[in-house]
Amino acid sequence: MADAAPPSKSRDLDKLLLRPGNLVGPSFEPGVQLRDDLQEYAKVLVVGAGGLGCELLKDLALSGFKNLEVIDMDRIEVTNLNRQFLFRLEDVGKPKAEVAAKRVMERVSGVNIVPHFCRIEDKDIEFYSDFNIIALGLDSIEARSYINAVACSFLEYDSDDNPREETMKPMVDGGTEGFKGHARVIVPGVTPCFECTIWLFPPQVKFPLCTLAETPRNAAHCIEYAHLIKWDEVHSGKAFDPDNPDHMKWVYDEAVKRAELFGIQGVTYSLTQGVVKNIIPAIASTNAIISAACALETLKIASGCSKTLSNYLTYNGVEGLHTKVTEFVKDKDCLVCGPGVLVELDTTVTLQKFIDMLEEHPKLLMSKASITYRGKNLYMQAPPVLEEMTRSNLSLPLYDLMDKVPKDILHVTGTINKDNKKSSGLRKLRVIFKGIDGVTDMDMAGGA
Amino acid sequence: MIKLFKVKEKQREIAENANGKAPVKKQSAGELRLHKDISELNLPKTCSISFPNGKDDLMNFEVTIRPDEGYYLGGTFLFSFQVSPIYPHEAPKVKCKTKVYHPNIDLEGNVCLNILREDWKPVLNINTIIYGLFHLFTQPNYEDPLNHDAAAVLRDNPKLFESNVRRAMAGGYVGQTFFTRCM
Repeated sequence: MADAAPPSKSRDLDKLLLRPGNLVGPSFEPGVQLRDDLQEYAKVLVVGAGGLGCELLKDLALSGFKNLEVIDMDRIEVTNLNRQFLFRLEDVGKPKAEVAAKRVMERVSGVNIVPHFCRIEDKDIEFYSDFNIIALGLDSIEARSYINAVACSFLEYDSDDNPREETMKPMVDGGTEGFKGHARVIVPGVTPCFECTIWLFPPQVKFPLCTLAETPRNAAHCIEYAHLIKWDEVHSGKAFDPDNPDHMKWVYDEAVKRAELFGIQGVTYSLTQGVVKNIIPAIASTNAIISAACALETLKIASGCSKTLSNYLTYNGVEGLHTKVTEFVKDKDCLVCGPGVLVELDTTVTLQKFIDMLEEHPKLLMSKASITYRGKNLYMQAPPVLEEMTRSNLSLPLYDLMDKVPKDILHVTGTINKDNKKSSGLRKLRVIFKGIDGVTDMDMAGGA
Repeated sequence: MIKLFKVKEKQREIAENANGKAPVKKQSAGELRLHKDISELNLPKTCSISFPNGKDDLMNFEVTIRPDEGYYLGGTFLFSFQVSPIYPHEAPKVKCKTKVYHPNIDLEGNVCLNILREDWKPVLNINTIIYGLFHLFTQPNYEDPLNHDAAAVLRDNPKLFESNVRRAMAGGYVGQTFFTRCM
C-alpha cells in the first residue's frame, strides 16, 4: 500500500499512516485516505500560546495537521522571549496568539492557523464544539477546569449509561514547572476527566497573614506583606493590578523596606513578580519534551496509528531523570464527566413532586433535596433566606422551570439514606421528559 | 478515532440546528460544591447569611455575626465572601467589612484565621469557616496578631482591652483610630 501512495511531503509520517500494524489503535484504517482526511478534516484547538503553546503549534503543524486554531488572552512580554521561541523583541506588546499563528504559518507551508486573542470564557460553547481535539498548554487550574467542563458538556450517554463515542471531545493536557512536567490524555467518558483527579494538584502555598504581619522570615513573606496587607492600608479601596508595572514597583519598594527592617535578604523585582503573580519557573526544554509528547498523542488520537498514552505521564528531571505513566481511574460519580442518574418524567411533574420522587428513586434515595439547574437555584432547603426566595417554585412544573427543554442535566444535593446510614451527597441527574418529539436525537449540551 | 471525521459532519449539523440559541450558562464544579455547602448550612442563631446578588449568585455572599458572649457581645460584624470557580481546591476570600478593634483582624478587614489560608483543606466548608469566624469573636487570640496594638493590650491588660473594644463598638477613638458604631 505504501508503494502505491503518491510522493508526499509527509514521507516519514506516511510510514505511520499508510501501513498496517499490530500496535495500533482500535479503529486504525491505514491508507492515503486517512492521511488526506487528517489534513482536511482534523481540526485542533491549541489553548494557550505561551511556552507550551508555541511548541504545540510548531509540533502539530510539522506533524501534518493543517487546520489549527489558537486561543490566548495575553500579550508578549520581554521575559517570555527566552523560551517562547516564536516571538521576537519587536513583538513585545502584541497578542501572543496572533504572532504565534503568523510565525508558524510563515515557516510551515500549507498550514492554516486561526488566532483568537481573547479569554477562553469569551467564546461560546459552539466555538469549542467545532474542534476534534483540544490541546492544552496552560498554567492554571482554573483554565483547565473551565476547558474540561466545556469538553465534557458535549458528552452524551446512552440509556445504558455507556458514553457515546461520537460525542467525546478528547483533550491532551500538558503542564510544566521547572524540570518537572506532565502530559495526559483525557477522553471524557473513557479516562478520568480533569475534575476526577483535581486532587492531583498540590494546594497553593499560602502564608499565614499573622506571619506576614508579625514575623516575616524570608523574602516572599516581605513581598506578600506589601502585596496583601500594606497595599490595602495605603490605597484604601483601590484594587491591586498585577499587570500594572507601577503597582508592581510599589509592592517591590515596600517589600525592600520591610526586608531591611527585619534584616532579610533576597527581595528582587523579578521575585516580587514571581510571588505576586504566582509565576512558576519555566525551562524551554521541559516545555519541549512535554509538548512533543502532547503533539504525538494528538496525532495518535486523531489517526489511530498507535495506542495512546494511558493516561498520565509524569516527567521529573530534578534529580536524575524519572518518568512514569500512571493509569488513573474515573470517578464514576464525577459531576462533570459522569453519566449522572437517568430520570424520566412527565412534563406535568411539579418541583415538589420531583423532590418527593428523589426520596423513592432506588439509585438516589435522597431526602431534603435542593435543586440547581444551569446556575439557577430552583429550590434551596437552607438557609432560610434562600428557601423563602425559591419556595414559590415548588408548585411549578419542572418542565417549565427547565425552560421546556426536552432533556438536560440537573444537580441535586441532599441527604442520602442508604443501608440505614445517612450521608450528604451531591448528584448529577439526566432528566428526560416523556412524550416530547425527537428527544433521542437532541444534543444534550446545546439543550435544544 | 477515524470516526472523528464523520462525527465532524454530524457536529456541523448540530451546530447549524443550534443557531440562534442563547449561550448556555455552565456551572463550574466549584459552584456545584458551593451549592451543596450552602444548602446544608446550619448556622448558630448568632450568624446570618445574605446574597446581595440574588438567589442565583452563591459565589458572592455576606455573613453577619452578632456575638452573644465575650468582649464583642452586642456588636454586629459583616463579612464578605468571594468563592473561586475551583472551590474547594482554594479557600474563599473573606474580608471583614466592619471596622473592628480586634487582635486577629486588621483595620483593612484582613482576617487571620488559619483555615482561610495555610490550613485550608477541601474537606472544610462554608459552615466551618463561619464557625471559625464566630470563634474569633468569642476567643480573640493575641498570639496570631494582625492588629499588633490590640494584641498587646489584650495580652498585657485585658481590662483595658475590654474597655477599648466597648469604645470602638460604641463608635469612637481608640488611640488614633476612629471606629464606626456597630452595636
